[in-house]
Formats: sequence, structure tokens, C-alpha cells
Amino acid sequence: MKAFTYERARTPAEAASAAAKDPTARFIAGGTNLLDLMKLEIETPRRLIDVNGLRLDKIEATKDGGLRIGALVRNTDLAADKRVRKDYGVLSRALLAGASGQLRNKATTAGNLLQRTRCPYFYDTNMPCNKRTPGAGCSAIGGFTRSHAVLGTSEACIATHPSDMAVAMRVLDASVETVKPDGVTRSIPIADFHRLPGNTPHVETALTPGELITAVTLPKPVGGMHAYHKVRDRASYAFALVSVATILHKDGSGRVALGGVAHKPWRVEAADSALPQGIKSVSELLLAGAKTTSQNAFKLTLAERALGAAMAQARS
Amino acid sequence: MKFDTPATTNPIDQLKVVGKPTDRIDGPLKTTGMAPYAYERHDALENVAYGYVLGSAIAKGSIKATDVSRAKAAPGVLTVVTAQTAGKLGKGDFNTAKLLGGPDIQHYHQAVAVVVAETFEQARAAAALIKVDYERAKGTFDLASAKDGAPPAGKDNPDTAVGDFDKAFADAPVKLDETYLTPDHAHAMMEPHATIAAWKGDKLTVWTANQMVAWSRGDVAKTLGIPKDNVRLVSPYIGGGFGGKLFIRADVILAALGAKAAGRPVKIALQRPLMFNNTTHRPATIQRIRIGATQDGKITAIGHESWSGDLPGGGPETATQQTRLLYAGANRMMKMKLAVLDLPEGNAMRAPGEAPGLMALEVAIDELAEKLGVDPIELRVLNDTQVDPEKPGRPFSQRKLIECLRTGADKFGWAKRSARPGQVRAGRWLVGMGVAAAFRNNLVMKSAARVRLEKTGRIVVETDMTDIGTGSYTIIAQTAAEMMGVPLHQVTVKLGDSSFPVSAGSGGQWGANSSTAGVYAACVKLREAVATKLGLDPAIAEFSDGRVKLGNQSLPLAQAAADAPIVAEDAMEYGDLTKTHQQSTFGGHFVEVGVDAATCEIRIRRMLAVCAAGRILNPKAARSQVIGAMTMGAGAALMEELVVDKRIGFFVNHDLAGYEVPVHADIPHQEVIFLDETDPMSSPMKAKGVGELGICGVGAAVANAIYNATGVRVREYPVTLDKLLKDMPVVA
Repeated sequence: MKAFTYERARTPAEAASAAAKDPTARFIAGGTNLLDLMKLEIETPRRLIDVNGLRLDKIEATKDGGLRIGALVRNTDLAADKRVRKDYGVLSRALLAGASGQLRNKATTAGNLLQRTRCPYFYDTNMPCNKRTPGAGCSAIGGFTRSHAVLGTSEACIATHPSDMAVAMRVLDASVETVKPDGVTRSIPIADFHRLPGNTPHVETALTPGELITAVTLPKPVGGMHAYHKVRDRASYAFALVSVATILHKDGSGRVALGGVAHKPWRVEAADSALPQGIKSVSELLLAGAKTTSQNAFKLTLAERALGAAMAQARS
Repeated sequence: MKFDTPATTNPIDQLKVVGKPTDRIDGPLKTTGMAPYAYERHDALENVAYGYVLGSAIAKGSIKATDVSRAKAAPGVLTVVTAQTAGKLGKGDFNTAKLLGGPDIQHYHQAVAVVVAETFEQARAAAALIKVDYERAKGTFDLASAKDGAPPAGKDNPDTAVGDFDKAFADAPVKLDETYLTPDHAHAMMEPHATIAAWKGDKLTVWTANQMVAWSRGDVAKTLGIPKDNVRLVSPYIGGGFGGKLFIRADVILAALGAKAAGRPVKIALQRPLMFNNTTHRPATIQRIRIGATQDGKITAIGHESWSGDLPGGGPETATQQTRLLYAGANRMMKMKLAVLDLPEGNAMRAPGEAPGLMALEVAIDELAEKLGVDPIELRVLNDTQVDPEKPGRPFSQRKLIECLRTGADKFGWAKRSARPGQVRAGRWLVGMGVAAAFRNNLVMKSAARVRLEKTGRIVVETDMTDIGTGSYTIIAQTAAEMMGVPLHQVTVKLGDSSFPVSAGSGGQWGANSSTAGVYAACVKLREAVATKLGLDPAIAEFSDGRVKLGNQSLPLAQAAADAPIVAEDAMEYGDLTKTHQQSTFGGHFVEVGVDAATCEIRIRRMLAVCAAGRILNPKAARSQVIGAMTMGAGAALMEELVVDKRIGFFVNHDLAGYEVPVHADIPHQEVIFLDETDPMSSPMKAKGVGELGICGVGAAVANAIYNATGVRVREYPVTLDKLLKDMPVVA
């Protein structure tokens, strides 16, 4: 771990403005991912800005009937919130499928969105990685790729985004509220928040330098049956091989998003529209353009089957 | 004391203390955090500096140049040691690769430097500043491609043959010929390898986590090129070993070198991401099994060939070991081949040989049973043998395999199993049951102890035996209490110090029986000394209730030590009984699994182990051993695999996020039954080991249950859902 300065911000704008002064600056909240990355010198901030004191830890109703989730709301608290459990069941279930109780107690809503890939080559600093060093090359391609992305990949990176929560947020059409160093706020639709790797896999989100997440807003409840089906090798405390978030209505319409298959939560609106036609049609649209390796090709079959299981779960 | 005739009645048979499900006597120390583990010897010394090990970034090649200047100049750094500055180093008898690499690099993450600093963080930060210029060499990393042309495994592991296997197999009306793959496994114990080293002049003390004190003391001396007498090795508490701590590793040697260079005590714990490639692992195997049988299920030919790989000078995974002994059959053929691989060195992990061997053999038996249309338990019963099939004049000392299987079948509800796979459904789950035989040889090792009767009547036992979480402290205390006729709380047990008499150590499930037998021998001597001192005939004096009794006489035990403590030391050594009789432990593993009909996720629903392993010295500790081993077996069956990157030559998933082991949610109710058994051929304790028996066969029982649930047979471990998916029927 490299030496760094540590400061506590008093307001979100102050935090953003402090972060903009140093391109290596990082915000720290729960620290459940950042601290590991710092110990491995994958993240080497010179300046660490603690945002835990920013009072962004409330869950409030919005004027249009939705929920505004403060950036610092802990995963445990969000999953247990009565309104979330009642109206956004898919979110509560996705949260509880992630990490462990101890980690969820620390991990925050914004931090969850910003966690970095679990690609083992990313974590081994002896291995070239375009995320760590742009242009260095990707060690995963041609290597051990069983857990890697099958959709939206590039020649530069085949990493997945590890979050469960983000998959539920995607199916709920959440938006990410931010404040920039100049104090300007904006709202980024979750669909645009995470980026595909392209030629710049080190740029993972739409955030600009210094920009701080202040909240995640959920639109008013859409009703329907909610399900989150996470498929993994062991029963708990493992990242998804494939996960499915669905909201299904009685008339057969609904929404679906996948986790564990891409650099971002994967949702194809056309696939949503195909839900009444059945799983086969949905899968075809959802998985169109997939690019697999011999080790991760199973994810396509698995996604289709998991989708079926999630639909059955939502209907039951 | 020499054990060369079968045990007769002795004081242990009283079973006043031995054989009781006693709580472990070191439990309170552990639950209160007071047990001093190697990295935390605040009680033993102060002013300790921190060492951090830098692992090689390449798998094979050499170091052209190392620049440590920036690391040396970094804040808090006291010294940096590399192969260039370490002086001449030897290699321990039990190590294959060097513990400090350079200029030659033998495997990925082989240590190439240690940084010593005032704090852990400073040492770690400075280690990242070391610039090593490597020259890569071409290596061999893929067992499957190195397998052809691999030579026989060597003189310690000769091929064996009985009868004419080829002909008998060719002639057999029912044949099985399948190949099974087991991957490399990591011990993944909770406590990493850790050491504090301190020099006083030319005398070195290492507080470390090690299963085999005497072996490792010798290897420390040999590696550093100093006399053995100048090394003291202390290892009283160990946070899991599973074979990974049978030998010294880089932490010991680099702490010693760092301490010498820094002129201060130095502590090192191998960081978790280094554990998987820097230390040892269970090697992967490719196993071909051929079995020929008559129509009614009698095995006429059994052949088991296994390929594994290791660095030059290493050894094979002895996966054919159990097949020599487990089933009858007149024509037999066992072969092991050893390829050279430039992966980290392979070595023992819990039940080396049998654990991966049974993962293959016991699936083969399941497959053969299906071909024959007989129940897999009946097939095993039909082919039971009470003698060594290679040497029929040599009986088993005890062999209750059939009883284990029958008892297990009854308790588990085996009769409810559908012989046809894929028939049982519970909601989203396809449900199946599997069985496998458990088999592990019983090894006996010379073991010594010193026992002292103090003025107060307290008994103090000293031996360099280790407790790797198994319960050694407790069973040794039980043994001494039984022998000396005192309550358990009147016994103090001191372990894991090379200044104590040399014990069997912890490995190969020999520790419990061998180390307590050593304590037995010392206690026999102490009883003689005590009785003599009290003027009683040692041959017939009775030790009970804190007194020594003979006829009408009854004297307090403590009286014998009224003037001075009485000390006795002895060792138990073994004669030819292991040659005249085959000593093994047996069991039956029963597993019920559910497989998600849609996603093929596999979850264990129930597990049962029935064990026949001689006298169970402490049923509570023994049960813990077996359920721990069952859990490890479940991991091997379902998720554990060190994934080899065959381009680069390393285990990719080198942390506990990537190398998954079972979590609580994976392990349901586990039941363990011990058959009532004593084995007078093993030692006066009449005990054998269970710590490894518990893992033997579990993987196959799980795999067989998955087949029974789904009808899909997977012969490549771990059995993960991707291997089932393609053959699983689409279900609504």
C-alpha cells in the first residue's frame, strides 16, 4: 500500500471538489473493495476522501412516488427496508444474494455500483491487464475465462461487473444522482452508468473526474412479481456465474436483466417485449451477439435455463 | 518400549477417561483468543520487525538482475534479503524446490526476496518497489500433454502386478474402462504459514506453525547450514495444516535470514495470495481404471493407472494406493507415472493418494454396479477381502467395511434410493443418493514423551507432538490421566517444542494413535518409578483415584514425589506387526444431493459417515475430525480446483475468492457413526486414525449421488454445473 493522505469531507460538493484536485483521489465509504485493491496496489490513491460523514444514509420517498436511496445506505439496511421489500423485492433479493452479512453491513449503495471486476488476472499485478495499465494487454483472453463475460466484450477486456444489486437496479430503471466538483448535479440513467469495455476498459462508468454519487433513485413501483435468481458454484458468498433479475406481470409482460455475463448489468429492451412469447424468444434477443470461449460458453445455456427458473419463481 | 506383539489388557482398557467425548482442554484458550499462535507470540518476545515475501512473477526461468535500492530506501525498511545476499543455502530433505529462488526460478511465486521493516505496511509497500528483471524459459504446465511418455513414478512407488491382468480383463464378460480427472487442490487452511525467528548468537529459535517439529527442525538446520543443535522450533498451536505444514516453507527460512540481517526478531506470515503458488498443493491426477467382472459381479481383473506431475525431484500423487487393498480380484495391475511439471511443488494433502484415488475408484465401482445391475453396496460386499489381495497370507488386522456399509445403509435409508437415475423430484430439485467406501491405511510412527509427577500430584506431559486443531492436547491428557489414575484436570500437556522428546508429529492420520502410544510408554515407566518409590510391586500396583493401591495398601500418588518430582521418558517403537498384518481404516460415506432441474446447481442435502477405525480415543474430537474431512471432501467434489493457466504456468485462482471452499450454507446435517472396535495390532491404545479416513470416498459419494439424481455421469472433478448442463434434459 502506498502512502496517501486521508481527509473527511463535510459536504458532497466539497468531497467532489477535493477529489478533482488529484486524478488518483478516491472516495472511501465501506471500503470493502477499495481497501483490498489498495493493499494489492491495484488502486494507488495519493488522496483518500472519506465520505462516510456526508449524511447520505437516508431512504426517502420521492415526489413522484419512488424512492431516493442515499449513496451511503448500507446494503444490509437497504435490503431490510420495508418499502424496498414491499415494492422493489428484486432489489432486496439481489442484495441478500451478494457477499456476506459482514460485508453487507459495511458496503454502501454507491460503493456497490463502483466495485471493480473480480477477474483473477486483474487481481494479480504480475499479469498484464488493460484495466490496470491501459494498453498493456489482456491476460484473461486465452487464459482461464470460465467466469468471464460473454456479451459486450472487446479485444481489450472480457471482465464482468460483479454486482448483484446493480442488476436489480437495472431492471428497476434506477438513476444515479451525482454532484460534480463545480457543484453541478445530474442524474444518470443506470443503463448509461456502467460502460462496456471497448478500447478503454479502465473507464468503467460515466462518472467524470471527481464526480460523487449522492443517491440512487428508483422510479415509482411497477408492481408485478419480482425474482432474483443467482447461480453460483457454492450456496453462498460467491460471485454469480449468471444471475437473472425479473419483474413479471400477470399479463405476461415484464422486464429482465442478467448479471455475470457482461461488463455491466445486461438488459435488452427488445427482449423485455418478447417476454409474452416465451423464454426462447427472450433468450435469443437477450443473448444476441454473444462471444464465448470454450470455458464460458455454458453461460448461454445457463442464462436461458436460469431465466426459465426465475420466471417460474416469479410466477409461483 | 517396543510394540511387537498384539496388545493385551492394559490400563487404557479401563476407559475411565479415554474413550469419553471430552471437550478439548485447549478449547477455552482458543475461544478467548489466548492460545499463542506463531505470528502472535507477544508472550515470547518483543521488538519484532515485519517481513514481507516477494514472489516470483514468472513460472520458470531466471533472474537477470534485481534492484532493491528503492525498497531499501523506503520508509521503515531495515533490510532486504535476496538469494544474492543470503549466503549459501541448502535445501531441506522434505522440500523439492528451493525456498528462496534466484537466479534460477522453479515456479510461480517462488520467494525471490524478503523485505524487513518496522511495520507490516512498510514492508509490503517496499516489496512492491523491488524491480526484478526476469528471463522467461519455456516450461511444461499441462499434465494431459505431459502424460504420454512420463516415466514410472520411481523406486519408492513401484508398479505392482498379480496374476495376468490383461488376459483376465480381456476375458471378463463385464468390463469397465474409464478415465477420471482430479485437479490440483489447495490446503486452504485458515492460518497461513507463519513464523517468528530470533537469533541469540548462533542459536536460532523459530516460533512457527508446523506439523512435524523434528523433521522441520532438521530442515531448518540443513537449509541454513547450521548444526541442528543450534535450532529450536516451537509450534504449540496451529491453525490448520492438512499436510501443508508438514514441511518448512519460505516463511521460516526468510524470517531466519531476515532476522540475521536485521539483527532483530522478524515475523512473517505468507500473504494469502501467495499461499497457493508459493507453498505445496495436492497434485492433479489422470486415472484410468479398468475392472473386469463375472456376470454375477465377482471382480476378476482390476487395474488402476495414475498419472501426476511434479517438479524435478518431486514425487507422485499415489492415487492407486487403495486399489491394491480395497477389493478382491485375482488379477491385478497398478501403475503410477510421474511427469515433470514446472508448476509449484506437489506434496501431501489430507489423505494423499487415497483421497483422489477413491474419487476415481469409487465412481468406477458405482459404474460397474450399474453395468451389472446390482446395488453398489452389494457389489462392494461381494468383493470384500479379509486379506491383502497382493499377499493373501497377510490378513487385515481389522476390516469392518461391510459393517460400515450395512450400518450406513440402514441409518441413511438407502433402501429408498431409486436404482434408476433421474427419478426423484422434490420441487425444483432432482434428488439422488450416493455411496462410497472409505479406506485409508493406518500408519504407526515411533513417538516419545516425557512424563513428570510433581509434588502436587500433577502430571506434566512433554512431547514435541503437535495439535493442528485435531485434539492432540486432549487425547494425550486423557491417556496420561488413564494411565496414572488421576482426573483429566490434573494433567498438563505441553506440545510442539523441539526441546521435548521427538514424537510422531501430525500427519497421515498417524498422530493420535502413535503419540498417545508414546505417552503410554512413558507412563508405564513412570508407574514403575512411582510404585518402586512407594515400595509397591510395579507389576501389580493399581493406579486410580489419585492413589496407588496394592492389596490393603493405598498411598497417595503425590507421596511418591514428596521429595522431588519423578520424571520418566520413553518412546513407543514398532516391530513387525505392520508387516504381518495390513492395518487400515474403513468407512462408508452416504450422501444425498439435490440438483436444480433448470440450472444444475448442486447442493448437498444430507451426509453420513460410518467409520471403523479402532478405538476412538475421544468421540467428540474424532467426530469433529470426520465432519471436517467430509466438508473438505464435499469441496473437492463440487468446487475446489486450482486452475492452471497452461500458457503462463501458475494457479490462477490464488485467493479465497477464486479458490472456493464450502461455506456453512453448502454443508447440511452431517452424521458420524463410529463402529465399536479395538485393534490390538495397532498399539497398546488399540486405536487408529480417523482424520483422513473422513475425506476418503466423500467426493465419489457426492459424484455418485449426482449421477443418481440426474443420470449424467461426470468423470472430471470438481463436478460443477457447467459439466452437467449439456447433458441435462430440459425440464419444465
